[in-house]
Amino acid sequence: MPLEIYLDLFSQPCRSVYIFAKKNNIPFEFKKITLFEGEQYGEEFGKINILRKVPAIKDGDFTLAESIAILLYLVEKYGTPEHWFPTDLQTRARVMEYLSWQHGAIRIHGSKIFWLKLMIPKVFGTEVPKEKMDSAMEELNGSLQLLEEKFLQDKPFIAGQKISLADLVAIVEIMQPVGAGLDVFKDRPKLNAWRDRVRAEIGNDLFDEAHQNILGAQDMAKYVDSSKLEKLKPRILKLMIPKVFGKEVPKEKMDSVLQDVNGSLQLLVPPGQALHCRAENLTG
Amino acid sequence: MPVELFLDLFSQPCRSVFLFAKANNIPFEFKKVELTAGEQYGDEFGKISILRKVPVMRDGNFILTESIAILMYMVQKFTTPDHWYPADLEKRARVDEYLSWQHTAIRLHGSKVFWFRAMVPLITGAEVPKEKMDSAVEDLNTSLKFFEEKFLQDRPFITGEKISLADLVAVVEILQPFGTGLDLFKDRPKLSAWKERVKKELGAAAFDEAHEGILNAHNLPQTFEKNGMPEFLKSKLQKLFN
Repeated sequence: MPLEIYLDLFSQPCRSVYIFAKKNNIPFEFKKITLFEGEQYGEEFGKINILRKVPAIKDGDFTLAESIAILLYLVEKYGTPEHWFPTDLQTRARVMEYLSWQHGAIRIHGSKIFWLKLMIPKVFGTEVPKEKMDSAMEELNGSLQLLEEKFLQDKPFIAGQKISLADLVAIVEIMQPVGAGLDVFKDRPKLNAWRDRVRAEIGNDLFDEAHQNILGAQDMAKYVDSSKLEKLKPRILKLMIPKVFGKEVPKEKMDSVLQDVNGSLQLLVPPGQALHCRAENLTG
Repeated sequence: MPVELFLDLFSQPCRSVFLFAKANNIPFEFKKVELTAGEQYGDEFGKISILRKVPVMRDGNFILTESIAILMYMVQKFTTPDHWYPADLEKRARVDEYLSWQHTAIRLHGSKVFWFRAMVPLITGAEVPKEKMDSAVEDLNTSLKFFEEKFLQDRPFITGEKISLADLVAVVEILQPFGTGLDLFKDRPKLSAWKERVKKELGAAAFDEAHEGILNAHNLPQTFEKNGMPEFLKSKLQKLFN
């Protein structure tokens, strides 16, 4: 039975797993999970991964979630070329250092921009307050600066002379805000050159194929059925509104909110109200 | 020359590195970085790591950040017993899976609850609004539920019969919100039993030593009175609410 990989290429960690498997000629069955249609919440997928996230793999009876774990599993199982996850103690440590750091840095900041700049406006038809956008941009810029100054420095790749899992995971995450229309490479020649090197190592065709969806995200309204987005709105409200607007949606409000999403957003975000939490606002 | 570990035991990832070194008799020099005094933002520490976070390891000329990377480095360099990071493909994958997931789950939610309960009131002089607090605790509860149902299940430890890096990293993170007086183990007998097992494997004395600070988090007000309230804490707070 072949390896099954559950993927949606809109998702950054899915792209790293996909690219890695393809690049290393690892045979697998591509099991599409369409996130915008909420397929990750279906019963079948729940049996594969109770965390209801992609990517996930099923290798015989063995299921595994988390792209980093999956990549390391594939490295070990298929004996991929050493540079992907070097055996040298210090070089390997540099790769692990990046893979660990990125969860709370590039990944989260890039995802946030993708949501604030594209998804929330697309799904709810409302722009995100400038303050929030500026703050999110500052965070992403900070992470990109650290990527260049600490992780990349003057090396061709993060681990040194050769591409590794670190570069792969980095690039797919950086492409997410790019898909939202933010050109992170402009005015960053070092990052731009690194991107070209990584893309060339992966293979231009494979890289472009993996990123086709995300780079077409701004046009996605054309081929995503907007009635299917309706299903996602309540979940997005619950998850994203607190993160974006800094306010919880009180339980009583959820019902009325489900009726008219756009109208409710007006209720949650009265014009002119500062949304970041100031000390004075913490009382009462 | 022993490795240098730059640590503040108030920090969860510092505790996992500390406990791992102790449990494996890895000789190290404990270099204290006083987080409540903002030492991580000082010039000296900036030369060690521009990320300005702890833990950091220095082994000769080699400087390494990120607790997961440090733990794996020590596993490899000091050839620690297999169970910490098993050679078996599937067992190892389970450890990797937990170590990856926990960053944005238990670690994130546990830290947030710690900040909301212990730090925010100190910095602002006001409690966190109930809605926000409830939501943060709910997120933590969800993570704990996943921990029990997916990662632990009916096994003594995450990979099975023996303790691994996954249990170590899990326990230090869970103790953080616990240190603020939120009894996460009450009504969670499975989690409680697991914690006791982990503590025993690590050695109760070392475990208690590592957690002394966080379990006395109520002493933080005195610490700030002594050291003053650094500016960076206020900006960190802003980010937390954004």
